[in-house]
Amino acid sequence: MTAQSAHTLIVDTPAASPAVPAAVRSKEAQVLAFAPPRAPLGERVWGTVQSWLAVIVPPIIVLCALLLVWELASSGPKSSLPAPSRIWADAKDLIVDPFFVNGPQDIGLGLRVLKSLERVVMGFGLAAVGGILLGALVGQSVWAMRGLDPIFQVLRTVPPLAWLPISLAAFRDANPSAIFVIFITAIWPIIINTSVGIRNIPQDYRNVAAVLRLNHLEFFWRIMIPSAAPYIFTGLRIGIGLSWLAIVAAEMLTGGVGIGFFIWDAWNSSRLSDIVVALVYIGVVGFVLDRLVAGIGHLATRGTQAT
Amino acid sequence: MMPFLKVDHVSKSFARGNATTEVLRDIDLTIERGSYVSIIGHSGCGKSTLLNLVAGLTSITTGAILLENQEVREPGPDRAVVFQNHSLLPWLTVYANVKLAVDKVFGATKPRSERHDWTMHNLELVQMVHAKDKLPAEISGGMKQRVGIARALAMEPKVLLLDEPFGALDALTRAHLQDSVMQIHARLGNTVIMITHDVDEAVLLSDRIVMMTNGPSATIGEVLDVPLPRPRKRLELSSDPTYLRARETVLKFLYERHRAPALQAA
Ligand SMILES: Nc1ncnc2c1ncn2[C@@H]1O[C@H](COP(=O)(O)OP(=O)(O)OP(=O)(O)O)[C@@H](O)[C@H]1O
Ligand SMILES: [Mg+2]
Repeated sequence: MTAQSAHTLIVDTPAASPAVPAAVRSKEAQVLAFAPPRAPLGERVWGTVQSWLAVIVPPIIVLCALLLVWELASSGPKSSLPAPSRIWADAKDLIVDPFFVNGPQDIGLGLRVLKSLERVVMGFGLAAVGGILLGALVGQSVWAMRGLDPIFQVLRTVPPLAWLPISLAAFRDANPSAIFVIFITAIWPIIINTSVGIRNIPQDYRNVAAVLRLNHLEFFWRIMIPSAAPYIFTGLRIGIGLSWLAIVAAEMLTGGVGIGFFIWDAWNSSRLSDIVVALVYIGVVGFVLDRLVAGIGHLATRGTQAT
Repeated sequence: MMPFLKVDHVSKSFARGNATTEVLRDIDLTIERGSYVSIIGHSGCGKSTLLNLVAGLTSITTGAILLENQEVREPGPDRAVVFQNHSLLPWLTVYANVKLAVDKVFGATKPRSERHDWTMHNLELVQMVHAKDKLPAEISGGMKQRVGIARALAMEPKVLLLDEPFGALDALTRAHLQDSVMQIHARLGNTVIMITHDVDEAVLLSDRIVMMTNGPSATIGEVLDVPLPRPRKRLELSSDPTYLRARETVLKFLYERHRAPALQAA
């Protein structure tokens, strides 16, 4: 137990460990570990701040430069697009308060985004479950692959919005139709990546499962999912990106209070400044969604790639 | 009396398209309960294939394998395998890797706390309790191999199948693990079939050494009994005449009568 904790301490202070040969990791090692040559607190904090600044400052500079160019380019009286200063004047309420409610159709962009996200979560969630299950089937069974893969390959090239009329006819309601469009858009990369991941499960793991006589369900949860997790998360990440692309387009056509319909509405009443603000919202949310799935994937697949 | 494990005129061919290659031909072998048998032969002669046949992981082309008079048709925990490259599941901790096997084999017969104790007991056997919460990526090659052995032992197999269990290890770790396996074998008395490349390892550990000819169509060239008393100490054996004679027999087989195909070509 003592040796174990001393070991941990040494690992904590990398600067101290090379001086300690493995053979003498005893009492002495422990004493050494308690006197690590660490930089003073102030210096370490400054180091962290510096590395953060290096990440944050360049994009801010570029952003300011872009805004400036944009401002100059569209400041003439005949310009067809609003300059940043015009946008600020026109759409200040949208920018500063994402969550205001002035009436059933007059709500902040944050609330609209949430409404759209709700649809994306449902459609994407269904696509994730369905995609992983179908992907597992196609990856595991040669016959399922032969039968289904050609169909998937054809269907996945159908543009998301081409599904909309069919789904409107089938569901007779805008909201489920939008969700269906998300589902059908996001599911293909999830199916395809999952099946590739399943086909790439090392024979060793299959042998272990065979010796242990894992049944299908145990094999699915204990071997397939963890082993294919990196592939599955690649599929999920592509899928969430596509969902977000499709929701805006779908909402333009189905109406409601989502962010997509807001853009359509703003266009019809010539509120160009509002559209620009909405675009920024959509971009930021899409970015956050992508990072979220990537982050979860990173956490969930920690041990899996290592051998 | 029926033998414990009988490999009865087994042949194995792999078919790819129209071409079939015969890897093993007419392998005939009987193994008694509690004995330690090594299979030695040049790389690619079909040792792993033979072990996988006994494990039930690959199907037999002709012949049959009988374990306690039951025909082997599919893999199962009564023939636990320690694979050539440890094959721990990288997303499970050391403890969870062993526990998975324990839960699967004893899920119906032992209560939860007993399964925990049994898992810990097997980790103790290979001295891996201290790293039980580590992931396989965080431990050394020798430690992984030990966990693989613990996982196999934890299934209480009728036959323990070891596929070059110490192949990828340095000499010191290898010697250390060989000693542990000998101790475990002495304590539990399990039947072991071990594949190896290493003549000294084969003679030190085995009751019998099965020497295989080169492939394709490899078969058993010779079987050598090693009548050394147990427990065996590697230092004392190094000058023991029986040990030296056994070692010489195997070396002669491998390097005079059945040289590696690559060496013959050169
Ligand atoms: N699934 C397979 N399909 C076709 N041929 C195979 C297959 N598995 C093994 N072989 C062939 O069988 C022969 C024996 O392979 P095997 O893995 O049993 O050798 P080995 O004796 O274990 O070698 P090593 O000591 O290097 O591990 C090789 O020539 C190999 O190419
Ligand atoms: Mg092999």
